[in-house]
Amino acid sequence: MNAESRAAEIVFDRVTKRYAGRDTAAVTDLSLEIPAGTFCVLVGPSGGGKTTALKMVNRLIPFESGEIRIDGRSILELPLTELRRGIGYVIQQAGLFPHLTVTENIATVPRLLGWPKQRIAERCEELLALVGLEPDDGRRYPAELSGGQRQRVGLARALAADPPVLLMDEPFGALDPITRFRLQTELRRLHHDVAKTIVFVTHDIDEAIRMGDRIAILREGGHLVQYDTPDAILAHPADDFVAQFIGEDRALRRLALRTLDSVPLRPGVAALRVAPTTTVRNAISLMIEARTESVLVADGDRALGVFSLDDAGKLLE
Amino acid sequence: MRLAGGGPVIPNFGQGSSCVTGDHVFCWGWVKAHWGDTLGPALVQHIELTLIAVAIGFAIAFPLALLAHRYHRLEQPFGTVAALLYTIPSLALFQLLVPFTGITRTTIEVALVSYTLVILFPNIMAGLRSVPADVIEAAQGMGLTRRQVLWRIELPLAVPSIIAGLRIAVVSTVAIATIAATLLRDGLGSPILDALQDPIPFKTEIYSAGLLAVALALAADTVLVALRHVLVRWPRNAE
Repeated sequence: MNAESRAAEIVFDRVTKRYAGRDTAAVTDLSLEIPAGTFCVLVGPSGGGKTTALKMVNRLIPFESGEIRIDGRSILELPLTELRRGIGYVIQQAGLFPHLTVTENIATVPRLLGWPKQRIAERCEELLALVGLEPDDGRRYPAELSGGQRQRVGLARALAADPPVLLMDEPFGALDPITRFRLQTELRRLHHDVAKTIVFVTHDIDEAIRMGDRIAILREGGHLVQYDTPDAILAHPADDFVAQFIGEDRALRRLALRTLDSVPLRPGVAALRVAPTTTVRNAISLMIEARTESVLVADGDRALGVFSLDDAGKLLE
Repeated sequence: MRLAGGGPVIPNFGQGSSCVTGDHVFCWGWVKAHWGDTLGPALVQHIELTLIAVAIGFAIAFPLALLAHRYHRLEQPFGTVAALLYTIPSLALFQLLVPFTGITRTTIEVALVSYTLVILFPNIMAGLRSVPADVIEAAQGMGLTRRQVLWRIELPLAVPSIIAGLRIAVVSTVAIATIAATLLRDGLGSPILDALQDPIPFKTEIYSAGLLAVALALAADTVLVALRHVLVRWPRNAE
């Protein structure tokens, strides 16, 4: 987006959180290293402590033992408000301020930081475009927006002061599937452009696989079960819990992560033509539907090669 | 019977037109003749009584509500005291206060203020509490201090509820303040009381003072509605 964009490393170092009056801890001895610029998804069943873990980063929830560091500094070192103004925060209901316009909502943190008016106005305009809103939307109030638009504003507001870290707590959980898919795609693109460290909480494993560079799977009691790339988790689930959580169709899920332009093709011909941007999973689906065992990958008129069901199986090895 | 002595039986008897001497339903001439010495001053006093009561009531209720919002344990006791005050009949409350504050306007104001508290305090509390939890959490998460959350988020969002409370407080104070005349000739209650003390209550005086009280309440309410339109510019349906 611009030169000032930056990311920060986040480290959980043996962090434990207990709520008063509960037998089990909400987060147990959590250690997690999130490299700068990583899109990290915390996923797990409810009671897995993923939201608790997220809210510990901006100190909305205090923890008893262990340490959380951002770029090597303990989050306890900074004054609370300063820490939070440096961390973008997006929540499920968006939490927009109903009495402020979209632009005023987005301008919240820059105003707290005392930016000059002109710079705030320019930044708001830039952010509206970045999250796919019209310039005119800036004058509207949250009650006049759809759920998807509110989430876009929530994202723009979190990005306003260009924080190196973005925390997102089930941001798309309340959206319809079509809007959710669109926003997921745009957030991936946006992450590619702005290169922030994003910590994203969801209970939806599909969303985790689609969004994450890395996925941390948490079990009841806030135990970290597995922390790896989506492909590695699908290929080698750490235990039965993970295997069950990611589902029995994990081979297909893995193949959904790859598109035909990233797999080896063989020379030849086939009757069924597909675009190189097709995922392997969708190619398999098309082959089954057409009762054929291979497809011709073609970019317009240019044939790139042939891909077969057998090749798909080999990709999993 | 009314004219038996030849002199004015009715206080504020005025020119003694046939309308007045016959105690017709409403004598416009009497109202005009006594605007300057009776109704006008009574109206001004009534406005003073109401404004002072609501202003002081708000000045007490507002900080108490902020305290109770900050320290939740205080809400119950504050609310109970205010509610208890409201259960005391206003006639009795005026008399109860006399030993302390005498037969003065202070007595009247103390009673009126305590009635406004029971309306204003819960309304300000309700307004502060109506702010959705996710809005507060987002504000905190973005690094607003507790004071900034209060003044920039919670209080602006509480304005509709606060103004709703002020509207009820003003209208009920206008009504209750007429009873104050039983203690001290003050406000629009005094011409009403004067008229009631005639052997045959003088209708015009009762109606004109009563109508002025109603008009005052409506006017004050209109001002507050206009104030809300100025302060509350955001749409409040969805969310």
